[in-house]
Amino acid sequence: MSAALLIDAAYVIAAVLFIVGLKRLGSPETARSGNISGALGMLVAIAATLFSQEILGFGAILAGVGIGGLIGLVLARTVQMTAMPQLVAVFNGFGGGASALVAVDEYIRIGETGAAATPDVAFTIAAGILIGTVTFSGSMVAFGKLQGVVSGNAVTYPLQNASNALIALGILGVAGWMISAYDPRALLILAAVSFVFGILLVIPIGGADMPVVIALLNSYSGLAASAAGFVLSNDILIISGALVGASGLILTSIMCRAMNRSLANVLFGAFGAGGTTAAIGPAGDGDKTVREITPDDAAVLMAYSKSVVVVPGYGLAVAQAQHQVREMGDLLEEKGVDVRYAIHPVAGRMPGHMNVLLAEANVPYPQLWEMERINPELERTDVVLIVGANDVVNPTAEDDPSSPIYGMPIIEVHHAKHTIVLKRSLSPGFAGIDNPLFYAESNRMLFGDAKASITALVQELKNL
Amino acid sequence: MLEALLISITIFVLAMFVGFEVITKVPTILHTPLMSGSNAISGIAIIGAVLVAGRLSGTLSVTLGVIAVAMATINVVGGFLVTDRMLQMFKRKEEGQ
Repeated sequence: MSAALLIDAAYVIAAVLFIVGLKRLGSPETARSGNISGALGMLVAIAATLFSQEILGFGAILAGVGIGGLIGLVLARTVQMTAMPQLVAVFNGFGGGASALVAVDEYIRIGETGAAATPDVAFTIAAGILIGTVTFSGSMVAFGKLQGVVSGNAVTYPLQNASNALIALGILGVAGWMISAYDPRALLILAAVSFVFGILLVIPIGGADMPVVIALLNSYSGLAASAAGFVLSNDILIISGALVGASGLILTSIMCRAMNRSLANVLFGAFGAGGTTAAIGPAGDGDKTVREITPDDAAVLMAYSKSVVVVPGYGLAVAQAQHQVREMGDLLEEKGVDVRYAIHPVAGRMPGHMNVLLAEANVPYPQLWEMERINPELERTDVVLIVGANDVVNPTAEDDPSSPIYGMPIIEVHHAKHTIVLKRSLSPGFAGIDNPLFYAESNRMLFGDAKASITALVQELKNL
Repeated sequence: MLEALLISITIFVLAMFVGFEVITKVPTILHTPLMSGSNAISGIAIIGAVLVAGRLSGTLSVTLGVIAVAMATINVVGGFLVTDRMLQMFKRKEEGQ
């Protein structure tokens, strides 16, 4: 058997391991073994590739693996769970960047042979550079927004969509140039324009839409790997890339559905950039009475109820209050209160953000309830504690057709007997929409930083 | 040559369908691990990077190859490790604290 045949056989095994891995990542019981299966597939694929006759020297490979492996190891070990969205963005970007470089390298190699690339090959190369570079620069902007280096708000400028369309046309033109003749200038221009395009695509997207963006970039990073596979006619690249592309698209559509918005609306709508100001009700409106509660009253209310549901939002991540929340939950359970956590699919800055934070704080996952499952339970719930969440519990999504978030599925906390909202101030959430929940008869506000407020609640619970 | 492209497209389309079928329903608690785990798989670009870095066809080409290998390795190693770290935290009860 030739080496090429053995490599292909190994690639089949790797593909199977990836598919099994993804399947097992779909259930909490098997997820960890699924991830290991994926890693094993990767190991098989890489090891097999090293036997390729195309490889003439290992120095460059070793250098790259050494540097990358060390950085990857340190990042994975040291990252704070609250910084997970940024890290995923960075990883997406690097995957896309690597794919783009593979395409670039192939174009250079073809140029060195003196022959022009055939149109189909040049086309796959152009596509590879475009998708890979957009993934890279888009992910870097997403990282910047999540890290707070770049404004997290939706950045808009006049004729945004028109200029994007123009750039897209330009990209097609340059790609056509690359396909018709070998020209390194075309390569450079395509890479540069794609880079700018990636930035422009992500910059207008506001903070609360980040879960969609991260999922979409995840999908792109897969498609970029697939494109690199087209360039090299390598099946395992195409297959793995397509699998990731599909999984990213599924997550993206779950996120969009959870906000009742189309993908086009998220990408081009620049939601929350302004223009909704008319919907903001001034905090001190005459008929809107806000009822405050002190930590000791809140502690008593919760301690003497049967069931408490905690609804975490991005504010929990910002305040890094997950450990305090868990401590509070423990104290309540000791007092015989049934404690659950209601997780909205788009709470936080990436898909599943709240689950990761609460898991880090050792909250057992059967206590984490999905929106559809908790909603029917809320009528029978005594106290709902809302920690740094706003739009995902805003009842206008249900009953006010003029509201920008009308139709978005929410956690129906207003059905509960009591709600307590932990918030810094009465400022509206990202959507700029006033929340009638704050003025409801059954609601109390506990103003302050989430971590400080919950620490105070914990103290009061201990004193009871 | 066009034939090869068509075969590649066939494989791509079929693999997309496999992806949709395999994943379809994922509970919210696993959204992040699925994303970061599948992201690590997209680091498969490392194979392409290894192939171009190993060709030794010119200084520029090799330099780009090394950078590509490094980026893809960060993606692969970091991705699988951080996913494992997260999944370790998902516990049914308070075992092994």
